[in-house]
Amino acid sequence: MRAARVERVASSRQQQLIANTVTHILLIVLGLAALAPFWWMISTSFKTEFEAFQIPPTWLPLEPTLEAYGDLFLNQPFGLFLYNSVKIAVLGVGGQLITSSLAAFAFARLDFPGKNVLFIIVLSTMMVPYAVTVIPLYIVMHRVGWVNTHLPLIVPAMLSSAYGTFLLRQFMFSLPIELEDAARIDGCSSFGIYRRIALPLMKPALATLGVFSFMASWNNFFGPFIFLDRKHLFTVQLGVALVQRQWYTSWPRLMAGSVVVTLPVLLVFLLLQRYFVRGISLTGIKG
Amino acid sequence: MAQSQALTRLAVRTKIQGIRWHRYEGYLFVAPLIIGIVAFIFLPIAASLYMSFHTWDMVSPPELVGIKNYARLVSRDRLFWKVLGNTFKYAGWIIVPSVTFPLILAALLDRPIRMRYLYRLAFFLPLVTSVVAVGLMFRWLYDGEFGLINYSLSWVGIDGPNWLSDPFWAMPAVAMVTVWQGLGYNMVLYLAGLQGIPDHLHEAATIDGAGPFSRFFRITIPLLTPTMFFILVMSVIGTFQTFGLIYVMTQGGPINSTNVYIYYLWQMAFGSSKMGYASAMAWILALVIFTITMIQVRLARLWVHY
Repeated sequence: MRAARVERVASSRQQQLIANTVTHILLIVLGLAALAPFWWMISTSFKTEFEAFQIPPTWLPLEPTLEAYGDLFLNQPFGLFLYNSVKIAVLGVGGQLITSSLAAFAFARLDFPGKNVLFIIVLSTMMVPYAVTVIPLYIVMHRVGWVNTHLPLIVPAMLSSAYGTFLLRQFMFSLPIELEDAARIDGCSSFGIYRRIALPLMKPALATLGVFSFMASWNNFFGPFIFLDRKHLFTVQLGVALVQRQWYTSWPRLMAGSVVVTLPVLLVFLLLQRYFVRGISLTGIKG
Repeated sequence: MAQSQALTRLAVRTKIQGIRWHRYEGYLFVAPLIIGIVAFIFLPIAASLYMSFHTWDMVSPPELVGIKNYARLVSRDRLFWKVLGNTFKYAGWIIVPSVTFPLILAALLDRPIRMRYLYRLAFFLPLVTSVVAVGLMFRWLYDGEFGLINYSLSWVGIDGPNWLSDPFWAMPAVAMVTVWQGLGYNMVLYLAGLQGIPDHLHEAATIDGAGPFSRFFRITIPLLTPTMFFILVMSVIGTFQTFGLIYVMTQGGPINSTNVYIYYLWQMAFGSSKMGYASAMAWILALVIFTITMIQVRLARLWVHY
């Protein structure tokens, strides 16, 4: 009886071990498939033009060189492109956090006529394809002289985030309302409650939204592509596309551009990963 | 006693004043958002609908043409049907792998194994990388002569095609990049779904003698169908709006084999300055996306368990 049990425990442990090993092997293979392109990008960016076309290819550059990076920053104003991208992202995201949190607070906690209808209208804008709005938006921006400025990339991002409002409102519902009630009884105004209670408690959700919007803004290609055609206004994404037009098959330069454009967003992601994962599950499942 | 009465009165008074105020206070909070949405979404939508009934090259004044733009698109523009077909083809290549691969990943990562965190990180990287960087990376990997993919295929004796300049292979090649990029996102959705499945269901099935495979197919998968549905709907909507990847990787070529809807729309609007025509295209796209989503919602009743 006892021996049988011991045997069973042993065999289930063995099964567990096999299952774990198989899982690891599968995950390593798939993980490498996900990462190999990045390895190739980084490795190529440090190669000489000649070595990049070598067959068989070299996994590590034999004579690592910074030539490609030098070209980017010396022949093209990549420093300026980076600055433009940061400026657009920071202003857009900052504004969006304020606008969305104000609206989310009102939708979650205040009562006013037509609130639900208004919220549904806001939500419905998430379903409008960008293609439908981009042409008239371009024409409007053209009329008011905003084409070839950063404003069409910053102002709409600041003011019209239905997604951000939705995410923050969902989060507000998970916060206890007692603190706010207490503050109201003590005579705190609605804005005071928003500013002193709701906003501090919303910090994790604000971080999530911030990370998401920052990445969306940084990685946005279509918007800058439509609204900007002067080089000194370009974002990094347009900069890399420009490098592609200039040196269509100079792989070290193109890969160096890809590294430059990926690195900042990668840093943000590595530092704020947990907010990122939460954001996907928060909106994905409930939406 | 008198004091408490006074307090009550005070409270009632503040409350009444409060009600008067609070009824409309909310508008102040939502005002910036509503102004933004009206200015940058609703007005453009209205303008777009207006323009779709005009021809306009942005130089001479718009000219009213009724439904001519729509009629010409549907009846005379062969490329329109081609890009619509291409977009469906693109979605067709993407749907199955982007519903299944991330499910496998999530099932593997849902178990308490070591280095979970690192694996998850690996599948996230593609997601945070921009389409420009991803497009360039894969242009290099897909290169016919010097690309890593064909080099790897040569190990097993396959002479790989020149992926991106082959009219047949270009589309699936681009589609696989999209799948690769979406792995991490869909995986997280599945992981969240898996966490929502109560343990007792699996325990009960185990006691009844169900093995790991039948548990996976009879319990896990049916309970994940809402997540699958969500991924399916979002993938289709996403594929219908692809632009950057095509611009970087193929520019619609070779011979329009990867020219997809938004790419053609952009060519019409900003290449040929046919703003009215492109607006009509945008509305047809909105209609197509809406119809497909509605069909999916209808079909969902047959296979999604809520």
